[in-house]
Amino acid sequence: MTENAWVQCIAYFAAVIGFGALYGPYMARVYEGKPGWLGRVFGPVESALYRLSGVDPDEGMGWKTYAAAALLFNMLGVFAVYALQRLQGLLPLNPAGFGAVAAHSAFNTAASFATNTNWQGYGGETTMSYLTQMLGLTVQNFLSAAAGMAVLAAFIRGLRARETENLGNFWADMVRTTLYILLPLSLVMAVVLVWQGVPQDFKPAAKAAMVETVHYDNNGKPASTDEQDIPLGPAASQIAIKQLGTNGGGYYNVNSAHPLENPTPLSNFVECWAILALAAACCIMFGVMVEDRRQGWAILAAMTVILVPMVLFCAVCEQRGNPLVAALGVSTQAVEGPAATSGGNMEGKEVRFGIADSALWAVTTTAASNGSVDSMHDSYTPLGGLIPLFMMQLGEVVYGGVGSGLYGMLVFVLVAVFVAGLMVGRTPEYLGKKIEAFEMKMASVVVLIMPILALVPTALAVVSASAKASLANPGAHGFSEILYAFTSMANNNGSAFAGLTANVPFYDILGGFVMLLGRYWIMVPTLAIAGSLSRKKIVPAGEGTLPTHTPLFVGLLVGVVLIVGALTFVPALALGPVAEHLMMIGVR
Amino acid sequence: MKTVLGQLRPALIVFAALSILTGLLYPALTTALARALFPSQADGSPIARNGKVVGSALIGQPFSDPRHFWGRPSATSPFPDNAAASSGSNLGPTNPALLKAVRDRVAALRAADPAASGPIPPDLVTASASGLDPDISPAAALYQVPRVARARGLSVAAVRALVLGRVEGRWLGVFGEPRVNVLELNLALDAAASDALQRNAKAGT
Repeated sequence: MTENAWVQCIAYFAAVIGFGALYGPYMARVYEGKPGWLGRVFGPVESALYRLSGVDPDEGMGWKTYAAAALLFNMLGVFAVYALQRLQGLLPLNPAGFGAVAAHSAFNTAASFATNTNWQGYGGETTMSYLTQMLGLTVQNFLSAAAGMAVLAAFIRGLRARETENLGNFWADMVRTTLYILLPLSLVMAVVLVWQGVPQDFKPAAKAAMVETVHYDNNGKPASTDEQDIPLGPAASQIAIKQLGTNGGGYYNVNSAHPLENPTPLSNFVECWAILALAAACCIMFGVMVEDRRQGWAILAAMTVILVPMVLFCAVCEQRGNPLVAALGVSTQAVEGPAATSGGNMEGKEVRFGIADSALWAVTTTAASNGSVDSMHDSYTPLGGLIPLFMMQLGEVVYGGVGSGLYGMLVFVLVAVFVAGLMVGRTPEYLGKKIEAFEMKMASVVVLIMPILALVPTALAVVSASAKASLANPGAHGFSEILYAFTSMANNNGSAFAGLTANVPFYDILGGFVMLLGRYWIMVPTLAIAGSLSRKKIVPAGEGTLPTHTPLFVGLLVGVVLIVGALTFVPALALGPVAEHLMMIGVR
Repeated sequence: MKTVLGQLRPALIVFAALSILTGLLYPALTTALARALFPSQADGSPIARNGKVVGSALIGQPFSDPRHFWGRPSATSPFPDNAAASSGSNLGPTNPALLKAVRDRVAALRAADPAASGPIPPDLVTASASGLDPDISPAAALYQVPRVARARGLSVAAVRALVLGRVEGRWLGVFGEPRVNVLELNLALDAAASDALQRNAKAGT
């Protein structure tokens, strides 16, 4: 790793954690219905909405009602996105005249955006009308993120409640998250992105007369053109929330590697910061809401302790480069000074980002269930590409999706507390709540469903001829492509080893179900745990209580997350990236 | 406790209202602000020459004339730097197709400038992530200076100065990588060359 890469990483984490420390307490106030001065701006909108919909924001819900409301709301999202894609040919704001999206692809995208996965089976600039991008995809970017944060708020209320059923009101949580937490940040960020060069208009693609005429082969016939289409549209507004809401579904096909989606190092810093910013703030908010800030900092510390070494390892692998390419007379050395070059493995990377920014993004986006990319993970070195894959396999709890990452991590906290309880022979408790059989059953369901959803479809694909026809690369790398695809969908991440042609019925339909199960099979048992905990008494901490804010507990939590992830996935990783690495260094 | 059916009314109304707010009003407000503050960027940062739009400052173009600097290899189809369909190669590190592509590009660079020695900067022979990368590294630009100077009949020093004058450093000296925008460099080069031509023509008369 270069010196500059170190400086970039340190500045990055300082910006993420600093923001979290400032914004987290504000978010906690929003969930108590006290949004401060923004309340004076959006307050009238909020109360009008409650009046129209007949919602009493102070009316509490039990976990079953809360879960039912969340599922119902998300189903509406799936239907709306599906309908918009199928009908876009008949609707306005479609200057390119795109027709209906194929049914299997529309289902996949609808499931993908409603579940905060934002797996992209389609290429935005070649498939989706401006209306679909805005009213379908941008809306789900907000609402799926808000749903994750609402469920987190409910879970935290369950932890601090004393013998009640009340987890809060889902509708109030949704409205407040959208109005006070997501919209203001998105608006500011969208304007910054436009300043840096991200398009924001409703014009059709612009035509440019290129400097040189290009001669090419068009299906065997020689052809030439000097015309370039510059794709435009309402891009910045969507890109801001896709980063902040850990959505990740790009406006353009290559996502934030596209120079119009992510034009400069500054835009890259802001977009990459936004991947983790709200997830970090959620941890601080948690500490404030349970009235013990150390608890929030402890969890944020555990996440960061896992994440940072992964970033460094990935950056080292990519900086070292591909020995097979170096053998062809290509430099892989980083050089500073007038003849600067980033060196390393530049296949599938952009010059303005080089190695450090690409590796930092690749690891944070997979840690955080964001799934946007600023470089092509498929072309990473085998071990460099193993890291993004493994980050997802940890279950998207290292920062994780907004809301969903922390509630996933809190389930791991319960597992860690339980393991510690077994070791010392005491009833485990967390924040004064006794952790008993029901909680552990639900936690097991949460922890076990993801590996099943990732590995069983991978196995199915490997034995299906039609699934294998989608592979772009031969050998062990092809297996990695399939494993990556289902790991990404099962974890609601959405990034891809993009060589895989996933926009075919097999991956679209199977993947659609994997994404829906991966989201709701975790969300519902998590709410069940919250419901069970909310009914319990809070036991005062005694001499035998395991403190959960100490470095010892942080270490235990890190151990549990890593061991569960590693035990489940190491065999599959050995068949894919590890095998390929051995081949790469062996054939020199 | 309300049943699921009781939740239907809030579900429909909250969904519709938040859809209008985040899906129509928010993009519209962003567009209005973009229009007012950054109109050129909002429309894709077009570059005009003699009143005609020749490209976007942010989108790479295919160059193969030895008198121009060449940009990143592009994996878009059907032709390179097709901005209507962005794409990387997605070739894995051990894929024979990747190694063949790199070998061919190395050979093409060596053929265009047999005198050049030393290892080739990686960005010049590997496909970019977007297929539209507008930049190359300063090293990749300097590597091509002798070829461009010879093809143009300009001095190496003049072309080298042109390149070094167009290097964009890191943001705040820290973020991103130093780079040269290939389209802007070539437009500057065309302008410089036509100036030189006019001067020579004047000197001749």
